[in-house]
Amino acid sequence: MWFRYSASHVRDPLKEAEEDLELFRKRMLSPPMEGAAGPTGTWRIMKPVIHEDKCVKCGMCWLYCPENVVSWEPGRVPSIDMTYCKGCGVCASVCPRKAIEMVVEEV
Amino acid sequence: MSVSLPQLVKSPRKGVMPGNPACMGCPHTIGLKIVGRVLGDRAVLVVPAGCTSIIVGYGGKESLDMSFVHVPFASAAAVAAGLAAAFERKGLSDRIVIAWMGDGGGADIGFATLSGAAIRNDNIIAIVSDNEAYMNTGIQASSTTPWKARTTTSPVIGKTEEKKDLATIMLMHKVPYVATASVGYPLDFAAKLKRAAEIKGFRFIHLHSPCPTGWRFDASKTVEMAKLAVETGAWILWEYNRGRFEISPPSKPFADPSKRKPLKDYIMAQGRFSHLKDEDIEFIARKIEENWRIVRMLEKIFSS
Amino acid sequence: MGLHRKVLIGNFAVAEAVKLARVDVVAAYPITPQTLIVERIADMVERGELKAKYIRVESEHSALAAVYGAALGGARVFTATSSHGLLYMYEVVWWAAYSKAPIVMGLVTRVIGPPWNIHSDHHDILSVRDSGWIVAMAENVQEAFDLTIQAFRIAEDKRVLQPMMVGLDAFTLSHTAEPLDVPDQSDVDAFLPPREPLPFVMDPAKPFAMGNLGPDEWTMELRWTVWRSLERAKHVIKEVDREYAKKVNGREYGGLVERYRLDDAKYVAITWGAWSGDAKEAVDKLRDEGVPIGLLRIRFARPFPREELLEVASGAKAIVVVDRAVSMGLDGVFSTEVRSVLSGRVPVKSVVAGIGGVDTSYRDFVNIFKRFVDEYEKGETQEWIVPEWYMPWFKG
Repeated sequence: MWFRYSASHVRDPLKEAEEDLELFRKRMLSPPMEGAAGPTGTWRIMKPVIHEDKCVKCGMCWLYCPENVVSWEPGRVPSIDMTYCKGCGVCASVCPRKAIEMVVEEV
Repeated sequence: MSVSLPQLVKSPRKGVMPGNPACMGCPHTIGLKIVGRVLGDRAVLVVPAGCTSIIVGYGGKESLDMSFVHVPFASAAAVAAGLAAAFERKGLSDRIVIAWMGDGGGADIGFATLSGAAIRNDNIIAIVSDNEAYMNTGIQASSTTPWKARTTTSPVIGKTEEKKDLATIMLMHKVPYVATASVGYPLDFAAKLKRAAEIKGFRFIHLHSPCPTGWRFDASKTVEMAKLAVETGAWILWEYNRGRFEISPPSKPFADPSKRKPLKDYIMAQGRFSHLKDEDIEFIARKIEENWRIVRMLEKIFSS
Repeated sequence: MGLHRKVLIGNFAVAEAVKLARVDVVAAYPITPQTLIVERIADMVERGELKAKYIRVESEHSALAAVYGAALGGARVFTATSSHGLLYMYEVVWWAAYSKAPIVMGLVTRVIGPPWNIHSDHHDILSVRDSGWIVAMAENVQEAFDLTIQAFRIAEDKRVLQPMMVGLDAFTLSHTAEPLDVPDQSDVDAFLPPREPLPFVMDPAKPFAMGNLGPDEWTMELRWTVWRSLERAKHVIKEVDREYAKKVNGREYGGLVERYRLDDAKYVAITWGAWSGDAKEAVDKLRDEGVPIGLLRIRFARPFPREELLEVASGAKAIVVVDRAVSMGLDGVFSTEVRSVLSGRVPVKSVVAGIGGVDTSYRDFVNIFKRFVDEYEKGETQEWIVPEWYMPWFKG
């Protein structure tokens, strides 16, 4: 609404400064969080499908995924977080066994 | 000293958070992911205007899990130097300050700043993630845009000047560590980061980052394009570490031109080069051979 | 309280203050007439008299950028520049203020070219008045020294947390030796404790991104916090002035302004900077002749002494502002500000003098004040809204 503040409006300078600092930090300092651009899975036109039978669990999709949406541990078949996967297809492109297929996203 | 996949998996930080604002197939997020995996828990990133100032998030959310400060375009290396000086004064010498910038922030507007930090041997790691144009503002040509590449400020005939060889220029500053890297070879990049982190002083890494949006190729082909650049010899991976210069393992085979993939496969896969004629590609091939001569010579000079 | 009398030029006095403030990181680039400040600091650092990191940057843009970075790392920082150096920094000037980084800068005021000119006018320092910096200007070497130490307290105060610039006129102060009372280190330490890690410091263990894009409303809210800090700073400046007098050297300057022979003044002259000393002599001369005139010396351009000006003006018949900087196409810079605060309550005459560093002596101030009083008494104030350029040598 309407705000006015001058030297003569100052009542409790330390308290008012703390309020300002809190606002400053909230607006200026952003903590790490998933989904800074929202659920980016909605950008997807094609979606990656992992064929477990072909997967050699090499982790290349994990290594190269630009979004960090591939979960993987050595010796395991990877999985993909579809909430955020943008469907770029890098994982399919780097898979040495063509175990990831890009299929049309159905809504 | 190498870095293995299981080591990266176990790292304390992820680097990049899912759901970030980067374009599909963004090379910077691949690079940032590796930076985060290798050094994220020890590093502060200082980042000038560029794609990464968007990628890092919007509205109170950071899409990297690293300490990160936005700074004016030409200032990254200087702000980083100041931070490093403060950490030194406070006895926090385990912290690593990384000036992460694009080619505009490193090779153009921030070039003097970068050069100043290098010649002072400021205790920072400077990484230029080079997507070869001002992509964030809409694909304008920079000094690292290659000859003939079409951008929105070289829209018809393409860029009329050569690509600035930033890494070699930085090497001539007599700093302890300079390397080139590529998002196509994350483990090579990771190993270079790790080696750089063990050195005090100015360290520079020129990271090749093919950009689907700016270079006009499909988003799925970012890594393919980065690898093609190396496999055709167009981008040479090398490392200078305190007196010793080496062509890095992924590039080694391609010192021999007969082992290289056809340059045309790399050039013509990019929309920005779609207007090139065979003689243009031949000209580029000659320029690439020149670069190899320089690199081989450097390897000979610094072979102690 | 222990004081040692020295004779120092303004630049060395500022360097001495920086040493006593136990600054951690200094970065600077040479520019006349500022260079002696940072030369002296470099000397102190290399001799181990000041335990600080000195970064020899390749430009002023990087000088401010480097101390900005150091401030974000929790260090107490200092840089100094002048004229074109400040203009070259300009982008970082604003970035630092909007980041609430408590940086202290020494600014030796110098003409902006062309033509090249290394003497003093006030266009450089006043170019930052909208940025969120606290902007002060000294009258003499002692004040340049005192303000520099106080600047760290003011800038780093939790109620403020904004960068502060201490101005001193080229050559008149920067290169002129004057007696200086230098306090004991222990007195300065008692007055100026180590910097707290506020408003934030970069720490890999507690990651955040500083300065992300966000809704426009957030930016406006952030500017509001800067506005409030500058208003609160008025109280802090006065408090620090009093405390410094008590704990460090016995000198109290009066806060945002210095009042000189204003108690029963009907005419008020307003100036800032080193030439205020000449203006005071002229006030004395007119007082001797029975003219009830006094001087309001502005010490802080930002935050502007709005409240003090209103109070002083309430008893005044007319005001003359003598400016060493012009807002081209409008008025003398401080005249615009004085007129803005007074909103027509008191007639204000604007005089522009000393541009390009032209020497403006006690006699010139006598001329300026007499003409002002004369015009007021004859009722010739119709054209006061247009500034009068004072160029006694110029035939037009």
